[in-house]
Formats: sequence, structure tokens, C-alpha cells
Amino acid sequence: MRANFIFSEVWIGLRRNLTMTIAVIVTVAIGMALLGVGLMINSQISTMRDFWVGKVEISVFLCKKNDAFPQCKGSGGVNPQEQAALKAQIESMPQVERVEFENAAKAYANFREQYKDNNVLLSVLQVSDMPESFRVKLKNPGDYPAVIESLKGASGVSYVVNQQEILDKFFGLLERLRWAALVVAIVLVFAATLLIGNTVRLSAYNRRRETGIMRLVGASNLYIQLPFVMEGVIAGLIGGVVAAVMLIVSKVFLFDGVQLYLANTSPLTWETVASTISLTMVIGVLICVLASFVTLRRYLRV
Amino acid sequence: MIHFDNVTKVYANQKRPALDHVSVDVDKGEFVFLVGPSGSGKSTFLRLVLKEERPDSGAIHVAGKDLARLSNFKIPHLRRRIGCVFQDFRLLPNKNVYENVAFALEVIGKPRRFIRKVVPEVVELVGLEGKAHRMPDELSGGEQQRVAMARAFVNRPMILLADEPTGNIDPATSIGIMKVLDRINRTGTTVVMATHDAAIVDSMRKRVVELEDGKIVRDQSRGVYGQAY
Repeated sequence: MRANFIFSEVWIGLRRNLTMTIAVIVTVAIGMALLGVGLMINSQISTMRDFWVGKVEISVFLCKKNDAFPQCKGSGGVNPQEQAALKAQIESMPQVERVEFENAAKAYANFREQYKDNNVLLSVLQVSDMPESFRVKLKNPGDYPAVIESLKGASGVSYVVNQQEILDKFFGLLERLRWAALVVAIVLVFAATLLIGNTVRLSAYNRRRETGIMRLVGASNLYIQLPFVMEGVIAGLIGGVVAAVMLIVSKVFLFDGVQLYLANTSPLTWETVASTISLTMVIGVLICVLASFVTLRRYLRV
Repeated sequence: MIHFDNVTKVYANQKRPALDHVSVDVDKGEFVFLVGPSGSGKSTFLRLVLKEERPDSGAIHVAGKDLARLSNFKIPHLRRRIGCVFQDFRLLPNKNVYENVAFALEVIGKPRRFIRKVVPEVVELVGLEGKAHRMPDELSGGEQQRVAMARAFVNRPMILLADEPTGNIDPATSIGIMKVLDRINRTGTTVVMATHDAAIVDSMRKRVVELEDGKIVRDQSRGVYGQAY
């Protein structure tokens, strides 16, 4: 009887305020989806950090014959003495963990592997086009500036690439995206709170006769307020489900899409998506309940 | 049953008190008319009994409970023991007679079986047998007030408060309303009725408490509306 009564009241309330209910659902859905995307970017950043932190290297490319780099001009390419001296110099640095030499043939093989779908590029590329390089792995990836400074000017070096810098740029982009998503999410959550408050207020006004009589015959506060709170909860839940669908879509098309470029090295797991969805659901429903209660305290004097 | 001890109530933004040091006792099973001009404090008296308002000073006991000590949480339980009838009926227009009366029991969580048993009895008591499935707009004013009385009485309250129940009803129909109130009073329910209706007060010959400017100016058993009549 009790449940029956409350659900029929809730249904009537939601139907009477259909436009407001839809507005609440849409705002909650988008707000929660953005919050979820922000959280997912967050976990993506940390899995990628974990993956890359042990793998970043400094690539020290060596001069080839006829290289256009100013420091290689006229040298006719690196000679074995320079190469050996360079290797000794790198190995003597305290920050360096290990150093490997990558010859042109190996570089060519790696390149072929990486761009195996690009036939035009592969057809014009020859082994002799590939530069030789030292791959330097640091003990602590953060120590790169000093190492790079001392290697840049060394004779026989054409240029130095620090993967850490590239990664930092990428992470910086992700972090900005995350903050943007979270800021918009917070604004939307605020808007959702106001909208829910307004919906509940309208609903309370529409049903002032019923609630007045309920008060008079001694219905408990819970009994009077529950239908209104349930309205908020149901709107919040529907919004949460829509947000969940949006998050799943963004995982499949956005996050997995980005991973294609990163050779699927650090994918976002479904567990992360599931826990993000449940967290945003809980937050969405909590916001609805709180907004309803606060509004009811003001507009439904008991 | 209702005990006011030196009760004063001043509404915010008003200098003159709505009730000014009022002391009155209403015993169990009594029928009391509360008379006096508009603004004399009749409605304030009723609102204080329901704890819809709080007195500024003085003590109120209702059904043996000190209202000052009654927590907000327990107010609904107080109101379950008090039935209320108003001048404007306050029925739900989208529910029929039976549903209007049953609503009062549904919202305090009574089981369906109990409701099915009790509601027809009360509908009959107020003289609406055979009209249980009419909607309020299909009923006359007197019949609508009977529905309101059935709703107020269905939970067998100890006290029935009636705020000008005949205010919107012609004199002939009012007699029927008063008969129902009398019938309810005879079941042992204390009835307090605020009214302007001199003819009714004079014909019933019950206790009369007259208020003027928030003060009790007369308290007479088996009284009439005013000495001038």
C-alpha cells in the first residue's frame, strides 16, 4: 500500500512536470558524462604514465654524410673515433642507466614495422636514409636537461630527441582536457542542482492541496516528502543511465580511438569505465536527493 | 482534553496580540462553540491546538501532551488524534468521495483491509451512503462538507476542530451539518467549533466561549451567540 501510494504520486508528479523533468535528466546526464570523462582521462593519464615511465629514452642521432644539420656540415658523417668517444662520454655520465647503439639497418627495420601500412613512404625509403643513433636510458627520466645539454654540442651529433618532452606535451594536452571536462561538469552539476530545486518547488506547488491535507491528517514528514525526493532520484537515475551510455560510447570511440595511435599500449579497461559509471551514478543521485531535501525544507513547511 | 494556560500569541509584524493571556479548559466529550468577530483569535486558537503555530507565552496541553515539549517529529502523531473541518472543505477534486476519505488513512500508512472496512462506515455516518463514487464537483456544498467531516472523523480522533464549517452553506443545510457534528460528539469526540452563525449557536444550547480582540469575554455553558440577541 505504502509503496503503491508513493509510486503513483511520483508518477503523477513526473508527468505533470514533464518539461522540467526532461531538463533535469539532460543536465544531469551531460554533467555526469563530463565528470566521468574527466575521471576516465585521469585514469588514462596514470596508466599511460605507468606504461611509459620505464620506456622513455633520449635518442642521440649521429651525423650522416651530406646531412643538412649545421653541426654536421662538411664532416662527411660521423667517424668511428667520434662514435666511440661519444659512447664513452654517455656511459660516463652518472644519470645514465644504459646506452644502446641503433644502426641504420635496425632503424630501417623499426621504421618499416611502424609504418607498415604506408606503402608510398616505404617504397622511397632506403636503409642509407636512416640515421644511426644512441638510445640512452636514464635512471631517473626527470634528469634529462643536463644530459641533453652536454650531448647537443658534441661532435658527430646531429640532433637529440627527448621522448620525455614529447610525452609531457601529450600529457599536458590530456590534463588540459581533463580540467576542461571537470570545470564544465561542475558548472552543469550546479545548474542541475538549481533545476532540480525548481522542479521540486513546482511539484510542491502543484500538490499543495494534497500535502496540506496530508499534514492535517498527520502524515509523517517522510511520507509527505518521499514522493518529491523520489521524483528527483528517478530523474537523476535516468540521467545517470544516459550518462553511462555516453561514457561507454566515449570509451569505444574516443579512448580506444586514441589508443590506436599508441599501438594499444595502455588501454582504458572496462573495469575503470564500470567504476566511473557507478561513481557518477551515485554522485548524480546524491545531488538530486540533496537538492530535493533542501528545497522541500523551504517550500514544504511541516 | 484541551488546556490553555495564560496563552499569548503575537504574530510577527503585528503589535496587537492575536490571543492575549487566554486560559480555557475543554473537557473530554465536550461540545464548545468559539464565537467572536473576525480577527478575534478563533482561528489562532485552533492553529495553536494543532501546533501549526507556537505561543509566545503560556502553556498548551492537548490530549494530555504539553505542546511546548512535543518535538517536531511527533507533531504528526498529535494531528492524527485531531480531526479538522474547514469552511472551504479542502477536498481533492480529482478523487471521489470514497478516495477522499481513504486518502486520510492511506497517508498515515493504514492497511488496505482496514481502510476498506472503515471508510464505508464513516461515509454512512455522515449521511452519504450511495454517493461514495461521486466526484466532489457532483456534490452540493453541504454534501462536500459531509465528505470533509467523514475524512476528519475516519481515524476516530479524540478532538474534532471545525473552523466555520457552515460558513459556505445555506441555513437549511447547516442544520444537517450540525446534526452530523452532534452525532460525532456523541461518540465521545470532543468538538470545538469556531463560528459566526448565531442561529446555530442559539439552537444547539452548548458551551459558548466568546473571544474579542484576543481575550475571552464570556465563557458560558448552555449559552447563546450574544447577549444582545
